[in-house]
Amino acid sequence: MRRIAVSEADFDAAAEIAALEALGGGAVASFTGIVRGDDGLETFRLDHYPAMTEMQVGRLMDDALARWPLLGVVVLHRVGVMRPGDRIVFVGTASSHRGAALESCAFLIDWLKTSAPFWKKESFADGSARWVEACAADDAALARWT
Amino acid sequence: MSTLSLLYFAWVREAIGLDGETIEHPGPDASVADVVALLAARGGGYGQAFAEPERLRAALDQRFVRLSDPLGSGRELALFPPVTGG
Repeated sequence: MRRIAVSEADFDAAAEIAALEALGGGAVASFTGIVRGDDGLETFRLDHYPAMTEMQVGRLMDDALARWPLLGVVVLHRVGVMRPGDRIVFVGTASSHRGAALESCAFLIDWLKTSAPFWKKESFADGSARWVEACAADDAALARWT
Repeated sequence: MSTLSLLYFAWVREAIGLDGETIEHPGPDASVADVVALLAARGGGYGQAFAEPERLRAALDQRFVRLSDPLGSGRELALFPPVTGG
C-alpha cells in the first residue's frame, strides 16, 4: 500500500493508521504535524508547486521503500490556510518490524521538511506576515540518513 | 524559437508580482544562475527577488537542481526560496 495526498482538506489520522494496521505487518508508526501558535500566530498558509509536489513526495517514498521492508506507506500533506491546532502533515508506515516502521517514518518526515516544494507564510494577530525561513536544524536532521 | 517557462514561488513570486512567465530559451549550455542573472538585470521586483542568488533554490522540469547546473533540454524552470514544508 502506497498512498500520497496533497490537499486543502483535513485528514483522519485514525483512519489512516487503521488502514496501515489492517496490512497485517505487526508494526505501524506514524507522525502527525500540528500548527503551533507561537508568537501570536493567527493563520498560516502553505503554498506548493502543484506539478512537482506529489512526484517529489513519491521519490522520497521510493527512497524509503528501497531502504526498509515496508508493507505500507502513507504521506498526507495539507496546503492552503491553516490555524494553530490544525493538522498539517501525516506520515504513516507499516512493516513486520518496529525498527523499520519507526525509522522509515522519521526518514520521511525529515526529508519532507527539506526536500519537498512547500513554503509556509505566517500571519500574526498584529497584522504582520512573514515567510518562514528554512531551518538549519532540519538540514542537520538529514545527516543521520546519509 | 524555443521557450523556457519560468515559475516563481513564495517571496520570489511576491517580489516579482507574477506566478510565472515564458521567456526565450537561453540555450542548453546556459546555467540556472545565468537565467537568474538575466532576470535580476531587469531591476525592480526582479532585482529584489534575485539580488542574492545564494538564497534561491531551483527545480528544472520538476526536479531540484543546483544553480550551477545547465538548462540542457529543460523546459520548465522554477525559482524559489529554500523549502519549509512538513
